[in-house]
Amino acid sequence: MSKRLESMLEWVDARFPLTSTWKYHLAEYYAPKNFNFWYYFGSLAMLVLVNQLLTGIFLTMNYKPDASMAFASVEYIMRDVDFGWLIRYMHSTGASMFFVVVYLHMFRGMMYGSYRKPRELLWLIGMGIFFILMMLAFTGYILPWGQMSYWGAQVIVSMVGAIPVIGQTLSNWILGDFMLSDAALNRFFAYHVVTLPVLLVTLVFVHIVALHEVGSNNPDGIEIKKNKDPVTHIPVDGIPFHPYYTVKDIFGVVGFLIVFCGIIFFAPEMGGYFLEYNNFVPANTLQTPDHIAPVWYFTPYYSMLRAVTVNFLWVDAKLWGIVLMGGSVAIFALLPWLDRSPVKSIRYKGPYFKIALTLFVISVFVLGWLGTKSPTPLYTLLAQIFTVIYFAFFVLMPWYSKIDKTKPEPTRVKE
Amino acid sequence: MRKIKDILFILCMVPLVAFASGPEIKLDQAPIRPTDKLSLQRGAQTFVNYCLTCHSAEYMRYNRLRDLGLSENQISDNLIFTGQKVGELMTTAMKKKEAKQWLGVAPPDLTVIARSRGADWLYTYLRKFYRDESTATGWNNLAFDKVAMPHALYQLQGKQSLAVKTVDDGHGGKHEVKELKLDTPGTLSKTEYDLYVADLVNYLVYLGEPAATKRVQIGIIVMLFLFGMLGLTYALKLEFWKDIH
Repeated sequence: MSKRLESMLEWVDARFPLTSTWKYHLAEYYAPKNFNFWYYFGSLAMLVLVNQLLTGIFLTMNYKPDASMAFASVEYIMRDVDFGWLIRYMHSTGASMFFVVVYLHMFRGMMYGSYRKPRELLWLIGMGIFFILMMLAFTGYILPWGQMSYWGAQVIVSMVGAIPVIGQTLSNWILGDFMLSDAALNRFFAYHVVTLPVLLVTLVFVHIVALHEVGSNNPDGIEIKKNKDPVTHIPVDGIPFHPYYTVKDIFGVVGFLIVFCGIIFFAPEMGGYFLEYNNFVPANTLQTPDHIAPVWYFTPYYSMLRAVTVNFLWVDAKLWGIVLMGGSVAIFALLPWLDRSPVKSIRYKGPYFKIALTLFVISVFVLGWLGTKSPTPLYTLLAQIFTVIYFAFFVLMPWYSKIDKTKPEPTRVKE
Repeated sequence: MRKIKDILFILCMVPLVAFASGPEIKLDQAPIRPTDKLSLQRGAQTFVNYCLTCHSAEYMRYNRLRDLGLSENQISDNLIFTGQKVGELMTTAMKKKEAKQWLGVAPPDLTVIARSRGADWLYTYLRKFYRDESTATGWNNLAFDKVAMPHALYQLQGKQSLAVKTVDDGHGGKHEVKELKLDTPGTLSKTEYDLYVADLVNYLVYLGEPAATKRVQIGIIVMLFLFGMLGLTYALKLEFWKDIH
């Protein structure tokens, strides 16, 4: 029997690189042996991606992308489709958890300098994934066609309209109408279920190809490939991804599922943060809600958008807000070139970096919290202060990372 | 370093300085018992008797009420007054266009009203109607100022009126307290009416998410399974990692 299997494998291998791919990406992909808790989130992001793809297919079977039927079709899924509520909660919770794991994955990269040479391109591909993910979240949130779907999208769409000269034409072209309507719902549905998932899966694949070319970073931020066994040419601090990290990641998956299922089964609305209460009101194009707040993962950027209140250099405050909001996301892409520290990992970086990162995290949380609130003069002032701190983390990095007092890196990874 | 820690601490506290303004009136906590089927059945009866006249629940099918321990015959005999079949959606006879002419605004669909408004708000709202001659319907509400809806349950609750008292807050300032007092008693006592509304709100919460009870039941099994798996997968990890130093 095993002879037969072997000959079948040989047949395939002569026509397709099956065994070599398996070895290259899993059995003989050597990952540093000192991965800690923060290294679970890459594989967990892939798990959530698969969850979104599978549940998304089943939702698509019953959802109706029609402004007059969309809201009802979601409730149809929640009531009349067998286990439709479970599929829908898996998808809605998955959307938020996607951002949770991706934010933690990015934070890991920032702590351990995973964006530094030779992983700049890997980081940029990751930024592409992050951008597509935001587009997916935006187009997906419109689909239930509730009040927050509609008016949240209205806020985003009006940003396109704020672009000078071409704004209004561009907005009409994107929406296929002079306002957000059925035409836009149809196209956003097409982007959400076809265009963007295809792009996302492709970019994730490219992200992994790039990772396996340069090899994984680790909490010590040192290159394990610099220290190879002279005979086998295997990094002495590396272990094969399979079986070591596959079994470790399976444990991580179960840990994640406990949180994930805890939310799905016991708090699917997550106190209004994952599913907003106002989105259980069907979209009404004539009634603007008192308070429009995006879902939690967009609130820091939303705060920065609202933080700009003065016109400057003949340009409208709104447009500056949009520029600032776009910049707050895009600036991550510059990290590989902003960081001038001689060491990669926070373990060997000095106090300046640690303080800067702490302030950055605080500003993200405060901005995120402010984004859920209606603006008041005090809140706007706070948003402005923390927007400055947020950008200072990046803009001042070339300076403080260079003069920081770093510790010497070890030659071998530590446990 | 000490100074830096102080600064960080202060920055962390900044959000606490500014509290958002709360709702206009304090909401009463709704006594929700999602597993009390008798309460849900009473609530369903009130719902079809009073609410469904003007409001719809057009995402909900009548036969789903089997969740409440009723048979299809019981549902069609006791809860359907519109001549509809048991598998049909809980629509209302009132046309939206006409309703808008009569009341100024079409009564909202109530299927997921408990999910957007919350049980506490509904429980407060349904008990805080008062007579107000300045409005078109002669009714107003403490939880929803100038609401277009008249008090559908006034025969049960009776007629309340508004009494505004100026209270010294003990810090030299004064503020107004709005209170309702019962002028004409209804057919139910205050406690009976509160329980009556509690049943209705209990039903509205069920209506918002009929699968909620089942969701929690399945969730408990899933969590037990996952915690078992957590131990197993950790043991597997330890076993494989024994030789890594």
